[in-house]
Amino acid sequence: MSHIGQRLRRIEDPPLLKGAARFAADISFDGQLHMRVVRSPIAFGRLLGVEVADALAAPGVAAVWTGRDVADIPPIDFRQVRLPGLASYRQPILAADHVRYVGEPLAVVLAEDAYLAEDAANLVFAEIEEFEPVRRATDAMGEFAPGLSSEAAIVHKGYGDLEAAFAAAHDIVELRLSLGRHSGVPLETRGAVACYDAALDLLEIHGAAKIPHLNRDALAKMLGRPSERIQLYEGHVGGGFGIRGELYPEDVLVALAALRLGRPIKWIEDRKEHLTAANHARDQTHLIRAAVDARGFVLAIDDEFWADQGAYVRTHAATVADLTAALLPGPYMVPAYRAAGHIRLTNKTPAGTYRAPGRFEGCFVCERLMDAIARRLDLDPVAVRRINLIPPERMPFERHTDALGTDVVYDSGAYERLLDRLLDHVQYDELRVQTEARRANGERVGIGLGMFVEKSGLGPFDDVELILHEDGGIEVVTGAASLGQGIETSIAQICADGLGARPLDITVTHGQTDRIGRGMGAFASRVTVMTGSAVHQAAGEMKEQLLQAASDMLQTPAGRLAIEAGVIGIIDRPQGPSLTLGEVVRGDAAFKSVTATFNSEHMTYPYGAHLVVAAIDPETAAVKIERYVVAYDVGRAVNPLLIEGQIAGGIAQGIGGALFEEFVYDDLAQPLAANLADYLMPTLAEMPGFEILLSEDAPSPINPLGVKGAGEGGITAAGAAIAGAVDDALGGTGDIDCLPITPTRLHDMLAGNIMPNR
Amino acid sequence: MKPAGFEYHAPRTLGEAVQLLHRFEDDARILAGGQSLVPMMNLRLARPEHIIDINRIGELEHISTADGMLRIGALTRHNAFMTPPTDDPLGRLLAEVGRHIGHLPIRVRGTFAGSIAHADPASEWCLVAATLDAEMHAESSAGQRLIPASEFFLSSLASDLKADEVLAEVRLPLLGEGARFGFEEVSRRAGDFALTMILAVLWLDGGRIDKVRIGIGGAANRAMRAPEAEALLSGQSASPELLRRAAEAATASIDPIKDIHASAAYRRDLVRALTRRALERALA
Ligand SMILES: Cc1cc2nc3c(=O)[nH]c(=O)nc-3n(C[C@H](O)[C@H](O)[C@H](O)COP(=O)(O)OP(=O)(O)OC[C@H]3O[C@@H](n4cnc5c(N)ncnc54)[C@H](O)[C@@H]3O)c2cc1C
Repeated sequence: MSHIGQRLRRIEDPPLLKGAARFAADISFDGQLHMRVVRSPIAFGRLLGVEVADALAAPGVAAVWTGRDVADIPPIDFRQVRLPGLASYRQPILAADHVRYVGEPLAVVLAEDAYLAEDAANLVFAEIEEFEPVRRATDAMGEFAPGLSSEAAIVHKGYGDLEAAFAAAHDIVELRLSLGRHSGVPLETRGAVACYDAALDLLEIHGAAKIPHLNRDALAKMLGRPSERIQLYEGHVGGGFGIRGELYPEDVLVALAALRLGRPIKWIEDRKEHLTAANHARDQTHLIRAAVDARGFVLAIDDEFWADQGAYVRTHAATVADLTAALLPGPYMVPAYRAAGHIRLTNKTPAGTYRAPGRFEGCFVCERLMDAIARRLDLDPVAVRRINLIPPERMPFERHTDALGTDVVYDSGAYERLLDRLLDHVQYDELRVQTEARRANGERVGIGLGMFVEKSGLGPFDDVELILHEDGGIEVVTGAASLGQGIETSIAQICADGLGARPLDITVTHGQTDRIGRGMGAFASRVTVMTGSAVHQAAGEMKEQLLQAASDMLQTPAGRLAIEAGVIGIIDRPQGPSLTLGEVVRGDAAFKSVTATFNSEHMTYPYGAHLVVAAIDPETAAVKIERYVVAYDVGRAVNPLLIEGQIAGGIAQGIGGALFEEFVYDDLAQPLAANLADYLMPTLAEMPGFEILLSEDAPSPINPLGVKGAGEGGITAAGAAIAGAVDDALGGTGDIDCLPITPTRLHDMLAGNIMPNR
Repeated sequence: MKPAGFEYHAPRTLGEAVQLLHRFEDDARILAGGQSLVPMMNLRLARPEHIIDINRIGELEHISTADGMLRIGALTRHNAFMTPPTDDPLGRLLAEVGRHIGHLPIRVRGTFAGSIAHADPASEWCLVAATLDAEMHAESSAGQRLIPASEFFLSSLASDLKADEVLAEVRLPLLGEGARFGFEEVSRRAGDFALTMILAVLWLDGGRIDKVRIGIGGAANRAMRAPEAEALLSGQSASPELLRRAAEAATASIDPIKDIHASAAYRRDLVRALTRRALERALA
């Protein structure tokens, strides 16, 4: 029986459901000190001095450090998409001469408990000479530091003859669009617990997530220690979404304090800190122009955008702008293209990647453009998309851009087929007629569509070790990480199929740097593709070795043996002799484990579409999402139940970004939404019913399983489709040009005083 | 988000609580359900040196009717109103309005009197108290005081309650058979504080509106009535045009607040729409 494709329930759930899970805050060591971070209350200014005497004298305080005390530690470096010139914009672990956003760490207090640490932190006083903050990426350029412009870099991508295309255009459609600042807000805030064992000269750090190996190496560099003298341990992780698990100042400070003070150090972020300290995301403004022919075929796109990076360039360096520019044309042909993305520093919390980074933004922009083209040429919005879709015979399709250092080659896809499946499912023509009828009745209701191409399975490698224990249990050891996405289950399913074992006999060990030499972690929907393929390879090899070993024991040629449900038997002889996997290992001392590496130079490209029906109450400016449909092709669905879960979560976060969530700042760049009463995440009550159409039309040709990642497609087109539906409900005027669509903004539009785009 | 240090007191009687308040005055805060106070302490927006926890005072845990009033003891939780506490239409009104307060865990702990003492302009109970002219029964070492709602709510998070007073009981007039009401609220998400809410209570005489009370919450710096709108409606027979004019009058009567969730203009338009809808609902 094949386990791949089964709706297997998550095997990692029991400890989570029983309250037995171990999150960062659950970990404590005897004699530990608690770290409290003192954060800048000012958005931009020169740090004239930090007064720590009162804090040092407060009860229970062991140490207080300012930037001066850690001046020997370099700023946090990039881990991907580094561009020339970015290095000057990296963040020091404690502010040195300037503070650049509200929430920036400028001192730490280490004390006997978290209460005393917070009491003492209140006694630290920073003297700051205030400067005028830079509030938006689109404001006039300012200075990050004397002589250093607030524009850190410009990302350029493009291909084709843009000028010729615009010269030949039947029409040119131009839009200014923007997306607000929001981010992933995991249920578990960040946390780190570090412990230095002088006897072994070993630094252990608990609370790791996402990329333990990469962070170990980065920490080793910063602290000047060999990598193997630092071990990171991932426990249970209460959500990541791109932001959790990156290396932040607090992680380095905890490690450093454990080394310097010789006592275990614990830091658990509180929610208020989290909302100003952990990475923000999105926050882009695009000026996009398209040259079109009379049928609505897009001859060329020229996009210039400004990405609000916040106060520093963190670990992701230029990743988000890179992905935005590389993938904006989505599923469409677009024969000529140019994108220029300005990475601008402002005095807000630094930004990084958040679920579908660059694609949520690019899809919103591209799909608003498609709607605008339809409106301009008086065409049906579906027809305009259809005519622009890349046909299946063009696959694999070279986009002629690069993303994350790989050439963008869409590996497979039947875009129109998926569109038709979605339209069929909702009975689109009839839905249109009904919607028109309701509108004629005075209702404000509309339909929005967003199509997209996702990317997943970033290489370059993934290692796994497969260990067969004497009790017959199988352990998969991987350098991938689990942020709650269910990898233990899907990896077990893949392993079970490759080996002929039962998923429940398989355990997956992840995120432990002392168990496997290197690892890439979990991001960019990479684990099922990369780790899954490595596991598939290792399982195949192990199976062969097992059959060889069993062949001697059973005196039967290996070719006549098969493994099923963890038992090796002779084909067509159900009553014949058999061996369990445990018996083979116990009988063959040489047999232990198998390792495998899967390498990949290219990403895989899943694709999908969101369709939304939304109604507006014009008197209260309330938006009601009546229907939410996601069609998504993942090549091959390892576990549809888990994929649906990923999509449902993505929809919820997408609704958040489209209608609710926004890190609002005032004129002094003070954050106004720094708690969960003001930063509004949708709750169950705001979730519409949703329908998910999973398809497997286009397996990936570049990995042995044919799989593509499924972590992000639930959110990618949410902004686009919701904006489209609300706009359609307003009469299809194109006025919805920014996210989130808050009631106040909608009210302004309904009242006729449309605000100019921010 | 750990509170600053404080001394904790758990009196068993109202008398003890009043004595403690007398002793510490401005340095003390009463802890009831803790659903507003504790978050403020955790954010260190409030740093009381003394916490006087009234949760063990049995005599504050009561709800009864007497002399045409519903008497609500200080420890009555929001959740106690989810089933109507009286057969009078007031019971249904409280059940319907109370459902909009926060979420279940908040309703299980938070108290009616705590909401009134906290005087959040977007509190449902403050709206009910203002609309129905509740009486607040305060106790201090100096004695007792009955404060009418019209004098109680001063502005956002500010009431006439003195630092040494315990709000021991809130009294709401029963509405009597035949009373009708309509409640309308708009909030960003289910369970959030209202951006604007309207409570309309009315009594019909034949086809005409005999008496009417309209309360506005969330839109201005305190919960308040809309006397001009009420005057327009009293004695008249309802018509769409009349309701429109009443809604207009209610809108004109407020000075709306603004915050990141709603502009002043939006709140004003909400008052207009929700007043009409609340009246329509009451008349339906
Ligand atoms: C997430 C969330 C959502 C919420 N949503 C809503 C909502 O939609 N609508 C709403 O109305 N409320 C809402 N609340 C607030 C909640 O209703 C509180 O319970 C209420 O505001 C205060 O009541 P309490 O008993 O918890 O008072 P506490 O928090 O204990 O005290 C609040 C203040 O009142 C004082 N106080 C309390 N009792 C007395 C007394 N008897 N005499 C004198 N002073 C007293 C305290 O000293 C303190 O200053 C929400 C709260 C949360 C956490």
